[in-house]
Amino acid sequence: MERKVLLEQLSNAFGPSGDEGEVRELIAEAIRPHVAELQVDALGNVLARKPGNGYPLRVMLDAHMDEVGFMITYIEPSGLLRFGAVGGLDPRMLPGKRVLAGRSRVPGVIGLKPLHLATKDELTSVTNVQDLAIDIGAEDGDEAGQWVSVGDYAVFHTCFGQLGEAPSDGRSGRVKGKAFDDRVGCAVLVETLAGDYQVEVVGAFTVQEEVGMRGAHVAAFVAEPDLAVVLEGTVADDLPGEEGAPPSTRLGRGPAITLMDRSFVADRRLVDWLIETAEAEDIPYQFKRPNVGGTDGGAVNRSRAGVPTVALSVPCRYIHAPVAVMDLSDFWHTVELLRAALTRLPMAGEIGDGSI
Amino acid sequence: MNDTMKDLVRQLTAVQGPSGYEGLVRDVIRTQVEPLADVVRVDRLGNLHAVVRGQGSGLRVMVAAHMDEIGLMVTHVDEKGFARFTHVGDLWVATLVGNRFVFPNGAVGVVNVEKYEKRPRVENFDKLYMDLGASNGASCPVRVGDVATFDRSFLDLGARWVSKAMDDRLGCSILIEVMRRVGNQTPHEIHFVFTVQEELASQGAMTSAFSIQPDLSIALDVTGSGDLPGATPFPVVLGKGPVVRVSDRTTLVHPGVKGWMTRTAEAKGIPYQLEVIVGLASDAEKMQRSGAGSAVGVLSVPCRHLHTPSEMVDVDDVEHTVELMVALLAGLVDLERVG
Repeated sequence: MERKVLLEQLSNAFGPSGDEGEVRELIAEAIRPHVAELQVDALGNVLARKPGNGYPLRVMLDAHMDEVGFMITYIEPSGLLRFGAVGGLDPRMLPGKRVLAGRSRVPGVIGLKPLHLATKDELTSVTNVQDLAIDIGAEDGDEAGQWVSVGDYAVFHTCFGQLGEAPSDGRSGRVKGKAFDDRVGCAVLVETLAGDYQVEVVGAFTVQEEVGMRGAHVAAFVAEPDLAVVLEGTVADDLPGEEGAPPSTRLGRGPAITLMDRSFVADRRLVDWLIETAEAEDIPYQFKRPNVGGTDGGAVNRSRAGVPTVALSVPCRYIHAPVAVMDLSDFWHTVELLRAALTRLPMAGEIGDGSI
Repeated sequence: MNDTMKDLVRQLTAVQGPSGYEGLVRDVIRTQVEPLADVVRVDRLGNLHAVVRGQGSGLRVMVAAHMDEIGLMVTHVDEKGFARFTHVGDLWVATLVGNRFVFPNGAVGVVNVEKYEKRPRVENFDKLYMDLGASNGASCPVRVGDVATFDRSFLDLGARWVSKAMDDRLGCSILIEVMRRVGNQTPHEIHFVFTVQEELASQGAMTSAFSIQPDLSIALDVTGSGDLPGATPFPVVLGKGPVVRVSDRTTLVHPGVKGWMTRTAEAKGIPYQLEVIVGLASDAEKMQRSGAGSAVGVLSVPCRHLHTPSEMVDVDDVEHTVELMVALLAGLVDLERVG
């Protein structure tokens, strides 16, 4: 149950790309008892090391701390806040949503002209980000300026919660919340770091993935791993109207293994390692539809002399939206699969001329 | 051009190796280069390094040709046994309909488009499917993640050769032939690298260059040609010799390297062509910028019908490219002289 609380805290935390401090503190506190060394680098990545029992193989586990959000670009004389997107925001998702803005986390809403006044065109088209504004209830620009400044961030204001009746085990049932991409990956990584492994493990909680995998570049450079697993909350599109088309992933079918996304090709040896582990341990798994989305894998894979990399994801409906839905059984199966796979290392097989 | 070279190109182009899945190609090349190099190793991403330690105080030179080719990856198999797929590398939808693809397990599929009797204009992969002759999903011989390449054999047209993967098995073949002819008669420490994943983002060249830290790096690849009906004006033609690149979409070639290539060709009486190409990139981009960087050049062979199942090259161009490469690597390099 404790970890569900952590997932709740991580989901609710304020952490858009470049301002991940709140998430970082939660994570540092959670992992400190389980790691030998904890380092925060110049960009804000958390690198947590577990030395293992001396076997010379270093595995990097990556999860990004940042979420998509908003940056205030201009305070209108009326007190409304203009903003830009931080990461990939879907403008269809924005009007009518609640946000928290600025360092004081002042609540606000993204407004839109009411139905009564909208033209036919406006009713059937999507309003661009630059035509929207956040309303924090200020009477004018001066009052708004007491709460927020240009350059402050905002994120969706969504409270984590159970959907339906909560199963008593805390390990199944569906939950809703914001920023499952990638706080669920962070939670999987925290849970995995609590285990003990033969090989050396470096947990990398990275910054700024949503704006171009910037944190992972330097984290991988510093960690110098022999192989890497990127942990994600990924697109589930088992939705109405999608019948016939292959879904990216489905809720409740287990962790999703990446074969290839738009940023990298997963190392087939590592794909097979995860499949073999899942089948041996009787853990459900699925493949994420190839060539969809991008991940920190794109940065880690080509670091230094190259890092064989695979991604493992918890399926989440409605990512990059104010509220996502995930199945806790997928979360726990992901943790189980990763921990079991790490326990199987070192194993027979070849990575270049060396063995893994 | 001797039959050995033709056999090598035929053998190497027949093997399957879409980006990320170059193992079969690597096995064949490894057998070829093992007797020719001082050190042969495979790195973590699967790049094959063959190092020749020359005699003297030359440079550390990296020469790269990529092993991977464009292909398809299965994304879904439906209950009727039809497979859906996505592209590995820059594949062109117009080349797919009606074509056949083969998987390493021997399975072959025919590609078609939904509602093909209406002759729809195909713009994306979502409407395409592959028919492997299976009567249902359970009997379909492939699964999600399996990769396929064009099912086309090598074609010998005498003066010209055609294959599904001239890009860049021809470059790999040329490097092997260059290794044979140069032996250890070079002042340089030469790292012949057969790279992975060029068709994606040159991940292999980037990581190899990081580990080698060369002074000078050369990409050996194929390039387009301007001698086709309706082609965009472009001076490179088949049969007029190897192509010395000046610039492409992502790279400005080191002027000293360009000058060294053209001077050497002129001194040896080898024909060459210059190219400024906007539509292509190569391993050179990543070699130029990896680690502390290196002076970079690109030598390429003109090729018609790039990224189709029938990439065509001229036999004389192949021989002249080998000769120029041998001449370049056998002598000292003066990068200060630009012209």
